[in-house]
Amino acid sequence: MKLKVILASAALAGASNAIAAEITGAGATFPYPIYAKWADAYKKSTGTGLNYQSIGSGGGIKQITAKTVDFGASDMPLKPEELDKEGLTQFPTVIGGDVPVVNLPGVKSGELRLTGQALADIYLGKITKWDDPAIAALNKGVKLPAQDITVVHRSDGSGTTFIWVNYLSKMSPEWKTKVGEGTSVNWPAGVGGKGNEGVASYVQRIAGAIGYVEYAYALQNKMTSAAVQNRDGEYVQANAEAFKAAAANADWSKAPGFYLILTDQAGKNAWPISGATFILMHKSQAKPEVAKEVLKFFDWAYGAEGDKLASSLDYVPLPDNVVKQIQTSWKANIKDSGGKPVY
Amino acid sequence: MAPRDIPGAVTDHAPKPFMPRKNALMDAIFRNITRFFAFLVFSLLAAILVSLLIGSMPSIRKFGLEFLWSAEWDPVKEQFGALVPIFGTLVTSFIALAIAIPVSFGISIFLTELSPVWLRRPLGTAIEMLAAIPSIIYGMWGLFVFVPIFQERVQPLLAHTIGKVPGLGLLFSGAPMGIGMLAAGIILAVMVIPFITAVMRDVFELVPAMLKESAYGLGSTTWEVVWRVVLPYTKVGVIGGVMLGLGRALGETMAVTFVIGNAHHLSASLFAPGNSIASALANEFTEAVGELYTSALIELGLLLFLITTIVLALSKLLLLQLAKGEGTRT
Repeated sequence: MKLKVILASAALAGASNAIAAEITGAGATFPYPIYAKWADAYKKSTGTGLNYQSIGSGGGIKQITAKTVDFGASDMPLKPEELDKEGLTQFPTVIGGDVPVVNLPGVKSGELRLTGQALADIYLGKITKWDDPAIAALNKGVKLPAQDITVVHRSDGSGTTFIWVNYLSKMSPEWKTKVGEGTSVNWPAGVGGKGNEGVASYVQRIAGAIGYVEYAYALQNKMTSAAVQNRDGEYVQANAEAFKAAAANADWSKAPGFYLILTDQAGKNAWPISGATFILMHKSQAKPEVAKEVLKFFDWAYGAEGDKLASSLDYVPLPDNVVKQIQTSWKANIKDSGGKPVY
Repeated sequence: MAPRDIPGAVTDHAPKPFMPRKNALMDAIFRNITRFFAFLVFSLLAAILVSLLIGSMPSIRKFGLEFLWSAEWDPVKEQFGALVPIFGTLVTSFIALAIAIPVSFGISIFLTELSPVWLRRPLGTAIEMLAAIPSIIYGMWGLFVFVPIFQERVQPLLAHTIGKVPGLGLLFSGAPMGIGMLAAGIILAVMVIPFITAVMRDVFELVPAMLKESAYGLGSTTWEVVWRVVLPYTKVGVIGGVMLGLGRALGETMAVTFVIGNAHHLSASLFAPGNSIASALANEFTEAVGELYTSALIELGLLLFLITTIVLALSKLLLLQLAKGEGTRT
């Protein structure tokens, strides 16, 4: 009797597994912790597993183009024309961003104020001392040492770098023409550390260093961060509210393919160096049932439980109005071979 | 291949003793299997070379030979040149050997000639253990332990002493950051010392005791015995050991990535951050977007392959040259 029950339930389990196939994704490393956590919780509640390989955004784009995975993930959104070329659609999942961190003995977190222009000039190697008049003018009352600035950047290609240089490009025409933007660039100055931890350890080791790390990383490691002037002229510190403000004020509806980088957004509280991380999927789905499982997963992730998990890992969930737009875009963009919406 | 006629050997024509057919068959199978294995390695090597060549074609077509001496590395404008990584690879490896060769020589001489017998085994084992440490551990040790000490104590000292010498001082100029080419070279030296030492010690032990005893008997000092008897007797093995170390230094990735500073800048100062081929690949390959960028990185890999081959070829030439010299001297 017992054996029969076990066999029957095994057969049932097998059948339900066949329907709820395991979904696969590959790409960006920055959202890997939250995707893994979501996958874990989602599997517990629905039985559908997610296998996500954090191989880097570049690899994610390659794999989804080659259709070896169900979705790709990239920290750098693809331009609408690139999406069209490969027949892809994209949507953001969570918000993160960069925080400038410094090693200045005696300067506390948030005490140092910087503008985008000043950051660009530092990273261009034009401002080389901490007591440079350009920095001193922004920091009346803060005692800045006559110390050399050591610029620290990422040595590996990274979405964190993309957000950073995108911001610098917006703030400084010189940066835009001389260096430009991308997941890795030709740095005019400084040393490169591998990963957030590489940058962080260089900044902590070299007195007078400035670097940029991903927000959650700066928060969890209690690094000395600088306040940055946003578009409205306010000096803000990086925190979850400031990231949310940047996302809420962005006009996603006018951005085809959600091609919107959240740097230098309007809003009194908006953190100016914000960005989102993206999911890439094929518009025409040969296996609509798998695509549906993928969308169901992200729909769940946008919900209350997913948001809570994201916040617990210091990612910032998307505002509700943006989530609605994303769900609308799924209906319009992701279809099976017969042209019927998958979701 | 025709069987060689060895006088006195049993040839095919000779009466065959027990189960001749089966023995011949087994021999043939065995010969073919060993040959297959030998050629497998060879074809693997060829396959790697070919796939590297194919992968780097877009970059070779775009940049041609200029790739070798252009110092620009700009993923945004898709302009790539390999000068900085090539320079960094060679300079760090050279520093590593400059430190490791004398140190390894000293260790192996001590172990084979001077050390009390009871100490040889534990010392030798300790050095071999160094070789077993994974390179990432060296990298982390380098970044978290070595670099701060190097930055606070060694670099200021170097800058205030050798740094003041005209010309030579250029090598030790700039802000002491701890990380940089010199730090990478020193870490590499620590990593290759066990390899070179192990080989040197083994070949030094092969020197017949009679030769050494004779030299001592003639009144030679230990140094004279080492320099005039041991070293000439073992030079082929010593050079082999050095090349083994150089091979490891050229291709070392993780440890170098941690401490070299990973900046695509050319600088005369050894304090400055640089880049090596292996660490550029480790850093940039995962996020390289676009055909040209990936291809340029693969071409870097191809160059590393070629540099290693050239180094090996040069060492073989050197050995041949030495062998010739030997013939004329006597």
